[in-house]
Amino acid sequence: MDNVNQNILVTQDLSIGYKQGKNEQLCLLSDINLTIRRGEMVCLLGPNGAGKSTLMRTIAGIQAPLEGCTLVEGIPIRERNFKEVAQLLSIVLTERINVGNLTVYHIVSLGRHPYTSWMGRLSQADNDKIKWALEQVGLLHYANHYINQLSDGERQRVMIAKALAQDTPLIMLDEPTAHLDLPNRVEIMRLLHRLARETNKAILLSTHELDLALQAADLIWLMARSKPVKVGAPEDLVLNGSIEDTFHNKSFNFDRKTGNFIMNYQKKESIQVVGNDVMGFWTQRALSREGYQVTCEEVEACKVNLNEKEMVWELSTNGNTYKCKSIEELLTCLKKQ
Amino acid sequence: MTGTEKTSQVSMLMGLLLILIVAVFLMDLIFGSVKIPFEKVFAILAGGEVKSSWNYIVLNFRLPKALTAIFVGAGLSVTGLMMQTLFRNPLAGPFVLGISSGASLGVALMVMASALLPGVFGMISALLGSWGLVVAAVAGASLVFLLVALASLRISDSVSLLIIGIMFGSITGAVVNILQYFSDPEQIQSFIVWTFGSLAGVTWNEMQVMGPIVFSGLILAFLLIKPLDALLLGENYARGVGISVNRTRIFVIISTALIAGTLTAFTGPIAFVGVAVPHIARAIFRTASHKVLMPAVVFIGAAIMLICDIFSQLPGNQNTLPINSVTALFGGPVVIWVIMRSRNVKASFGG
Repeated sequence: MDNVNQNILVTQDLSIGYKQGKNEQLCLLSDINLTIRRGEMVCLLGPNGAGKSTLMRTIAGIQAPLEGCTLVEGIPIRERNFKEVAQLLSIVLTERINVGNLTVYHIVSLGRHPYTSWMGRLSQADNDKIKWALEQVGLLHYANHYINQLSDGERQRVMIAKALAQDTPLIMLDEPTAHLDLPNRVEIMRLLHRLARETNKAILLSTHELDLALQAADLIWLMARSKPVKVGAPEDLVLNGSIEDTFHNKSFNFDRKTGNFIMNYQKKESIQVVGNDVMGFWTQRALSREGYQVTCEEVEACKVNLNEKEMVWELSTNGNTYKCKSIEELLTCLKKQ
Repeated sequence: MTGTEKTSQVSMLMGLLLILIVAVFLMDLIFGSVKIPFEKVFAILAGGEVKSSWNYIVLNFRLPKALTAIFVGAGLSVTGLMMQTLFRNPLAGPFVLGISSGASLGVALMVMASALLPGVFGMISALLGSWGLVVAAVAGASLVFLLVALASLRISDSVSLLIIGIMFGSITGAVVNILQYFSDPEQIQSFIVWTFGSLAGVTWNEMQVMGPIVFSGLILAFLLIKPLDALLLGENYARGVGISVNRTRIFVIISTALIAGTLTAFTGPIAFVGVAVPHIARAIFRTASHKVLMPAVVFIGAAIMLICDIFSQLPGNQNTLPINSVTALFGGPVVIWVIMRSRNVKASFGG
């Protein structure tokens, strides 16, 4: 019984896809049975065209499922009207909010719409909730700023505050970090992770940020075209090779050790790099980009000695030795050979 | 929070606007082609019998004209505001859905087609008498409104609806052009006079019809404040906070049709106010919140129409200028100035 109450979102035998004409339908994926528990942050990953958006839209009730249903807190959302659904799940979209003359406070207050009367008058409790939401995303001091004075990262935090003010058990975010720079992406993911823990809400986000998702998510839903959704802790999915399978591609490899993607370059010659550590790592990256097969073993023709103290690269090739002061110089040197 | 400070600032501005409206309303009653001393105007308004011709002018001509100006200013501005929010387009106005074109088609048919089919139209105009043009305009506006409403039920995005509205406008415009091509100069002239717009044509009898319809349209508009606010974030976010976008869109169209259609029928198409006043209101109040903008455009629109009406009288002159030209002549520079100063359009609509 306790277990049942732990689930905020349940999809029951959900089939997603599109109706085409009267009798035909294009089914992307069927028999989807997924759950999100209280306080959990789930990242939905998958290559383009896997049906991530369709799944998100179907769960949110924007698009009709071909079969099955989604339950939030045990309530089937397709049977509820907009206002009732808005009390069960809130959404944050990729699109950049671009209206002027609207204060941050006003935008967050829109999250209280499902609870206010037709006039939209905010009670003291509503105002408290809005302030709490702004505090959670660290923007309370911007409450009276206009939204177009804020940076993109701050705008997205305002929309998260709006979702918090909406006070729903489930928050869904559709690629919330799509046009943010790296610090802001990390910031948003950290924020969401903390919010899931502290507010005990369920947070579901679709994203392309594999490395961030692997670090921040409690659970990953991995989608691939017409394959069942794989569910697991990020680390499990890495270890059992699911991530590699899903994102398999000729032009790059997934490195299980680091959780990174490494681009495949056509390898031509071998080169020996002597020296390790940070300098060695970055030298190796630069050389692989240039198409060298980097090894630690003895290679007759080519060898790079790293002198970490002086930050000098010593290139020995065909009996000549060159001293290079930067990787750029080293690469230029190699190209001349 | 500085919220309270802002609220008091808003109420102060509203109060100032209200005083302005009362002042220009009285001025509109005082100025006119017949010179009536202002203390006499007050006496007449207080119910005194000063001079029967003056009494008649003030009570049966200037008073309904000033009231019409208020209705036109308030009504067209409110519909312009709703259209701009619904379509997220700073150029939208009350007539983008082709409602005024529909009305002008009705009037054009009434005025000009009677030459082509004298039997049918002659009978109709004889039957309706002075209401002929009004009925024709309402019929034309309703026809276009019905078509747009049907279209809005079938399509779910506002931009397509905007394009369809503009297309309806072009189609009816083409029909009007064809009618003009085949009409006599006198008929064309009486049609063109209608397109100049006039606040003076509304009698008390007609006011009893126009007033309640426009008023109910305004009430409907005020009921839409909350969903319109949500629509500022775009349709997807509006749905996300529990707003039925389709229902809101249909109510906005109904309200616009009631207000703009009726006003056009009684006064002719009065351009410009509906597009411009929302921008002026945003510049003055520095907000996009409809709770503030809705009453603000009512007040500003009413004040501007009253001022335009005073200008159209050309004090000390027998002639009156067509109100449609005065609104644009007077308001155009105002809007240009507002936009140059505040870059308000960019701020409100992004880009």
